[in-house]
Amino acid sequence: MLRLLSFALFLAIWWIAALFVGGAKLPSPPAVLDVIIAEASSGALFLHLGATLARVALSFVLAMSVGSAIGYLMGRVKLADRLGDPWLILLLNLPALVVIVLAYIWAGLTEAAAIAAIAINKLPTAVVTLREGTRALDRSLDEMATVFAMPRWRAFRHVVLPQLAPYIAASARSGLSLVWKIVLVAELLGRPNGVGFEIGVAFQLFDTPRLLAYSLTFAAVVLVIETALVQPFEARATRWRPRAA
Amino acid sequence: MRLEVEITGKTYRSAAGETHEVLAPLKFALQSGEIGVLIGPSGCGKSTMLRIILGLDRDFAGHVARPPKARIGMVFQEPRLLPWRSVEQNVRLAAPDASDAKLAELFRILELDAHRSHYPGELSLGLARRVALARAFAVEPDLLVLDEPLASLDDALARRLRDEIATLVASRSVMTLLVTHSLDDAIRLGDRLFFLSPRPARIVQEVPISIPRAERSEAELAGIRVGLASPPLESK
Repeated sequence: MLRLLSFALFLAIWWIAALFVGGAKLPSPPAVLDVIIAEASSGALFLHLGATLARVALSFVLAMSVGSAIGYLMGRVKLADRLGDPWLILLLNLPALVVIVLAYIWAGLTEAAAIAAIAINKLPTAVVTLREGTRALDRSLDEMATVFAMPRWRAFRHVVLPQLAPYIAASARSGLSLVWKIVLVAELLGRPNGVGFEIGVAFQLFDTPRLLAYSLTFAAVVLVIETALVQPFEARATRWRPRAA
Repeated sequence: MRLEVEITGKTYRSAAGETHEVLAPLKFALQSGEIGVLIGPSGCGKSTMLRIILGLDRDFAGHVARPPKARIGMVFQEPRLLPWRSVEQNVRLAAPDASDAKLAELFRILELDAHRSHYPGELSLGLARRVALARAFAVEPDLLVLDEPLASLDDALARRLRDEIATLVASRSVMTLLVTHSLDDAIRLGDRLFFLSPRPARIVQEVPISIPRAERSEAELAGIRVGLASPPLESK
């Protein structure tokens, strides 16, 4: 209910601002809605959204799985931590744009280059979060699993993974927002479709309604994914915690 | 089955870089069906000794002969339950082979029936300790290790749990090692008492109790207690 109210407030502010600024710079909500409907009925909206979502999904899964594995390793094995740390610092501080441009130069303007570049941008934050999570693992529970001779996989699944779940959730959430942002840049620079590509076109034509139509639809999709996927996962991962007041 | 412990020394290096001797040379053995009790002042190195016996700490001088493939049931000082698994899941994860009937029996004896689906965060310490006991017994251990399982419980509950431990141990042949600093628990449960010195721990006195556990009357217990009056002990 409060969320709806907050959304209505956003619309109201936008509408009022559009009345003052007016015209081409800030179109009113109905004008943007018209563009959305037009783009949707031609199918272009879904094509571009779909392309972007596919890239997000692929690079996100890639970065999360590889990043979590590396982070877990670095948290567990001191040698891996020592060896990996300089790389991690380098990757963490490398601007996204550099990675994307280099990937396109080295691997061509290909899908693989785009996805790899996005994944590489997200990777180090996943590593850092999971490394912290692994360092915070409760040793006494590990000992318990050892004493009761739990097989490795069972111990990992029931003893280790639940402790890492909040870190995975945090990393997924911040990672998803990072990937959303970077994917558009990658598309703008080197893909012939996707929301980023459309926004690039709209920028060249100074077509604000089109720009807003795509970016708002995209934002709506992100919001749905956040509430439908990320939040339920978080709630499930922490369901054993006594409820906070 | 037989557990033989022969530790010739254990030191550890503190964060400040000093070397501390935790265990002095000590040696004892335990047979199937016996309850050995380690009694000693707080901080004398009992928990370190247990970690060595359980194979959690391999950095020591000496030798521990555990029967190969001996199943171990352990009650740690803190319950060490998985907070994200229910009571029943906690027990089942440690003892996947335990039958439903066996679990039902354990939950009944330890009065945990009503708490099967609760999470450890919802339990009191006394209940959580009982779950830890249920978990240790559910694996049908060959070696049962109890590290102060009755500490910080009120007397009535401690007495009941002690009786339950006696019942459960009597129902199967198992080597049991109990760490306590309650002399009362020691003489009621133990077959063989090992009195430990302050740090570095060594065995000051080994006292076998020959009367079978079930037949120890209050008068006989008092007699044992008088016989033990000499060693220095912390009161409970």
